[in-house]
Amino acid sequence: MDDVTTQIDAVPESAYRILRFDGVQRAAHWANALLFGILMLTALLLYFPSLSGVVGRRALVANIHVWSGVALPVPILISLLGPWGAQMRRDLRRINVWTSDEVKWLRSLGMNAPRVVDKFNPGQKLNAIFVGGSILVMLATGSILKWFRFFPVSWRTGATFVHDVLAFAIFAVVIGHILFALTHRDAMRSMIKGWVSEAWAARNAPGWLREMKATPGRDELP
Amino acid sequence: MPAAAKGNTGKKPGSRIAVGRRVFLGMGVLGAAGIVFGAKVQNILGNAFGSGLGGLLPGGDGFRIYTITGSYPVISESAYRLEVSGLVHNPQTFTLADLKAMPSTSFVQEFQCVTGWTVPNVHWEGVKLSDILDNAGIKQGAVALSFESYDGADSESLTLDQARLPDVIVAYRMLGAPVTTEHGGPVRLYVGPMFGYKSLKWLSAIRVVDEVIPGFWEQNGYPVNGWRDGSTGPTDKSLS
Repeated sequence: MDDVTTQIDAVPESAYRILRFDGVQRAAHWANALLFGILMLTALLLYFPSLSGVVGRRALVANIHVWSGVALPVPILISLLGPWGAQMRRDLRRINVWTSDEVKWLRSLGMNAPRVVDKFNPGQKLNAIFVGGSILVMLATGSILKWFRFFPVSWRTGATFVHDVLAFAIFAVVIGHILFALTHRDAMRSMIKGWVSEAWAARNAPGWLREMKATPGRDELP
Repeated sequence: MPAAAKGNTGKKPGSRIAVGRRVFLGMGVLGAAGIVFGAKVQNILGNAFGSGLGGLLPGGDGFRIYTITGSYPVISESAYRLEVSGLVHNPQTFTLADLKAMPSTSFVQEFQCVTGWTVPNVHWEGVKLSDILDNAGIKQGAVALSFESYDGADSESLTLDQARLPDVIVAYRMLGAPVTTEHGGPVRLYVGPMFGYKSLKWLSAIRVVDEVIPGFWEQNGYPVNGWRDGSTGPTDKSLS
């Protein structure tokens, strides 16, 4: 992979680079990542007794956790809803709509690879959907814990359970996401600088590359 | 391969399904079901296996450890003192040995946080707060107690009537052992009929006062009267 990148960097960039994530998407991703980082760090302090004792200051840590959580949907909503969000909305549609091939991948638990990969492979799509669904559920259950007065005690107990179980799942998924990023440097660079090489797209997202070539100007670097 | 795909799914290879929306909404529905029915599942599991839903997850034996300062106050058993003062006839200072020399009470009761996490079947042992108040002799005009912690920051309140309930104790044993530092040892308050934040940890002083002075968590939005919705209370049958 490094060889391919080196070769491509040696020739004029514009011919070989395709914009995978625009500035709005990258800003939303990293703002979201920062909030997730704060939430996960404070979650560890609030949950594990051995860590609670190291930092203490329960009320302060809980407040940081709660208000980072309340802020969680903001970057995504701003990037989706503004006039600047055209590509974000297009990619949301890509993530939402699956081909029957991709559904087969899901049903076979990742054994049957889809024949044609679009801009995102089904694993990437599932990751994005899981993050969205997690934000929804964590925000709802977290709100019940924060504003407990308005909810029966049994709901608070249920919300605590859901919040905890989903937190464990989120840790697993986020750690997996970071490991994938670190072992797929081209993909990670596209979330930092925005672009991928045409060669990368031909290997990893041929369906998307074909689409890009058929509609010049869209998703391409200026 | 294409033929197999057709046969398996019964759909054209090019057909498109809104999987994203379904998974997103599915997570929402699962979450809502967990909120509404989670406590019932916990009760069933608790009765079957003696541990709540919290026991299914790693870490913490179900307890979350709350400390509002930067660390736990560490007090040796020999250095421990409990000061009882204010509107009393006999201001007193108890050592741990003094407390252990008094008539003790023990019972098993769940520890329930106001935010919902619950630890079932916790063993508590200590001196009834009402015995300590009787020894001190309450003066005319007293209506409430103000509790202070060795951490220098936490505080709690109870009315005299609440303090005299039989499952309100000054506890020196918990979970079948001396109260650990992280659980508020060597001596903490346990207020059985109320949510966990009322059970002040690292208890250092009891002042008898003429008005209810809201404690730390109560100043941060928790109810001053933290009754646990009658799920267990002063008539709890597990009291002995």
